[in-house]
Amino acid sequence: MKALVAAAVALLVALPVFPGVFGSYAVTLFTLIFFYGFLGQAWNVVGGYAGQLSAGHAAFLGIGAYTAALLSVERGVTPWIGMFAGGALAAALGALIGFLGFRFGLRGFYFVLLTVAFSEICRVVAGNTEAVGGALGYYITFTGNPRQFQFQDTRAYYYIALALMLASTGLVAWLERRRFGVYLAAIREDETACEAAGVNTFKYKMLAMLLSSFLTGIGGTFYAFYLFSLQPNTVFGVPLSVEIIIRPIVGGAGTVLGPVVGSFILSPLAELSRHYFAQGGWHGAHLIAYGALLIGVVLFLPEGAYPRLVRALRRRPEVA
Amino acid sequence: MSLLEARGISKRFGGVQAVTALDLDVTEGEIVGLIGPNGAGKTTAFNLLSGFLPPDAGEIRFRGRSVVGWKPHAICAVGLARTFQIVRPFPRLSVLDNVLVGALARHPRADQARARAREVIDRLGLGAKAAAPASGLTLAERKRVELARAVATGPALLLLDEVMAGLNPTEIATLVGLIRDIHAGGVSILLIEHNMRAVMTLSHRVVVLSFGERVAEGPPAAIARHPRVIEAYLGEEYVDAAPAR
Amino acid sequence: MAVGLTLIFGVMRVVNFAHGDMMVWGMYLAWLLATRGGVDPYVSFVVCAAVLFVAGYVVQRGLVQRIVDAPHEMQILLMLGVALVLENAALLLFGPEPQRVRSPLAQSTVWLGPLFVDVARLVTFGVAIVLTLVLSLFLFRTDLGRSLRAAADNTYGALVIGTDVRRVYAVAFGVGAACVGAAGALVAPLLPFQPPTGLQLSVASFNIVIIGGMGSLVGAFVGGLIVSVAEALGAVFLKPSLKELVSFSLLVLILIVRPSGIFGKRVA
Repeated sequence: MKALVAAAVALLVALPVFPGVFGSYAVTLFTLIFFYGFLGQAWNVVGGYAGQLSAGHAAFLGIGAYTAALLSVERGVTPWIGMFAGGALAAALGALIGFLGFRFGLRGFYFVLLTVAFSEICRVVAGNTEAVGGALGYYITFTGNPRQFQFQDTRAYYYIALALMLASTGLVAWLERRRFGVYLAAIREDETACEAAGVNTFKYKMLAMLLSSFLTGIGGTFYAFYLFSLQPNTVFGVPLSVEIIIRPIVGGAGTVLGPVVGSFILSPLAELSRHYFAQGGWHGAHLIAYGALLIGVVLFLPEGAYPRLVRALRRRPEVA
Repeated sequence: MSLLEARGISKRFGGVQAVTALDLDVTEGEIVGLIGPNGAGKTTAFNLLSGFLPPDAGEIRFRGRSVVGWKPHAICAVGLARTFQIVRPFPRLSVLDNVLVGALARHPRADQARARAREVIDRLGLGAKAAAPASGLTLAERKRVELARAVATGPALLLLDEVMAGLNPTEIATLVGLIRDIHAGGVSILLIEHNMRAVMTLSHRVVVLSFGERVAEGPPAAIARHPRVIEAYLGEEYVDAAPAR
Repeated sequence: MAVGLTLIFGVMRVVNFAHGDMMVWGMYLAWLLATRGGVDPYVSFVVCAAVLFVAGYVVQRGLVQRIVDAPHEMQILLMLGVALVLENAALLLFGPEPQRVRSPLAQSTVWLGPLFVDVARLVTFGVAIVLTLVLSLFLFRTDLGRSLRAAADNTYGALVIGTDVRRVYAVAFGVGAACVGAAGALVAPLLPFQPPTGLQLSVASFNIVIIGGMGSLVGAFVGGLIVSVAEALGAVFLKPSLKELVSFSLLVLILIVRPSGIFGKRVA
């Protein structure tokens, strides 16, 4: 166990140094790992800890992305500020969905459906609104201006993504020990018992939802200014929501390191299969792998890879 | 000082009148037993008092304030805690975390709450199991976890719903002792119980419910001989069979 | 289509997220049979139903059975995983371009009173009604059907009287899948379809079933009518590409107002 902690610390220290050492492909890969780790952590707050499964988080990403993009291109507002506007709008939607869901007692499957419905509504509306580019999408011209959150050097994105992931993970770790985190974990277990123990379940679920959607919205800004093009079908689509949630689920929903571990496992897998299969025109093969992985995790590893790993390692001392 | 005053509370479910115009009081410092045959409406009464169900009619005052229509967590916050008939600890959380949730209601700061939780856990004899997940415990231990959680919220009145159910005599004796101890710490108690011995030993006063109505009330000894009580439990034919004491 | 979903939920309390994608497989199967075997989908739907019955049965025994008692989140995730696999397997095997099945019937139209009706839609409608009737007969008149309903009403009770619940569950899932297989074949000549259509169909199924009431067959039928009418009206008054907006908004509305639907059982 000690060895693992040491390795993790070493990795942490090494990460900022990587870009200097590795080539651009590795940098891109890690950037994606960090970014999805961040998104996964954002989802983790409401999906993992509070146990409110949302399959519509792409809605928050999309809103954040479009908001920041529009503000930057149309009004010249720097995305460094725009990201907060995007986050705020995403949080507003989160508040709406949360209110509708929690006030009317939608749990489990019904809540999932609600979130999917909203992300699909966003998708259709965005695809039909000419002002934001309609079905063709919105494009950002590349200027490479750091003030506008654009960087010539891809390594900048690496560091930003790393910062996002570390910050969100730190936040979750901090919250886990405080009242907020403890209440969320309890809510996930048994809401009725929570109420009897004095927990205002509605308030805390809403807070979780607000935080989660806000963070995801901020992620949207990164997404917009990393890819420079926003297509409603992609940005608001269910597949993107799946990408967001599968990492924390496989890695361990409701744990601090789950989303990170999950991202380190899945992002390379996704890239590899995308590369390998896309050559032969085998679209979507990596999604089959995702589906199979999801099934596998549910059947054999319901708590996720990270908790399993921790338990396996805790047993080691007897072997030595 | 009157802690709980329920006047004329009623609840109907579809065609069934579960509770009818019930009056219930608990004074500070009392242990009140609530007994009655199955289906008498006891748990429904608890649900009404703790805010899980809104009464169709009637008034509920806790420490002088009307709490009708309050959400359960708000009622807990002002000092009324409850346990459940089918015990509900948080299965995947440790004993400590379980009780911590309760303690946080009274101590918002996590470190203070943790300290308080440890106190309660030790007092209820669960100290050794503090880190164990609740799902791995025996039934008796799980009941104590739920009890600890409720006690950690710092209640003035504790509603216990059939805590003795499913326990063996030793466990029951331990639990009775713990309840006495909690009471000594300044918590008034209203308990639903089928275990007559426990009720009679613990209660200062007993209220009997049958078909949603109060049919008798008084000190334990008197209740045991009360004709209407016997009738409620065993039926009319047995009223005369009660041994003369 | 919706009847299948409601059956699966009613009996097992499992929500089949892969429903739409299973239907798409039904469509592709019909397409295969039509293009390679020259079989008209109005005939082949029986085959599609049979194949999907088997597939459904297998999926249930192999996968779903294991998580029947698991917390809801796990069930949802499992079916989501299945949906992903199905959708992308279809993508892999059949490619992303939309397909359509040609049927001689699809070309002709007929006068029905004052209305000009597509023969294809008429046949689909007719067959759907017949199938629903057959299904009702099965559920209410046969022993197996009765055990299915018993398990749906009261699993424990059904166990007590000796019902092989696992088999019943598998059959229920199989039948649900068969419904969807048949539906897929029947609808194939009417819509262009591609693997992502699965999601739309799943959502449509959920919409219908939630409006009509989870677990109620009558509800599924009524729900189907309501949703189709609403969508059609939507397409008339709004831009056609916005008609999805109608179904999603409807879904949100229903979820808020009355999640158990018009005829439905409450979700635990």
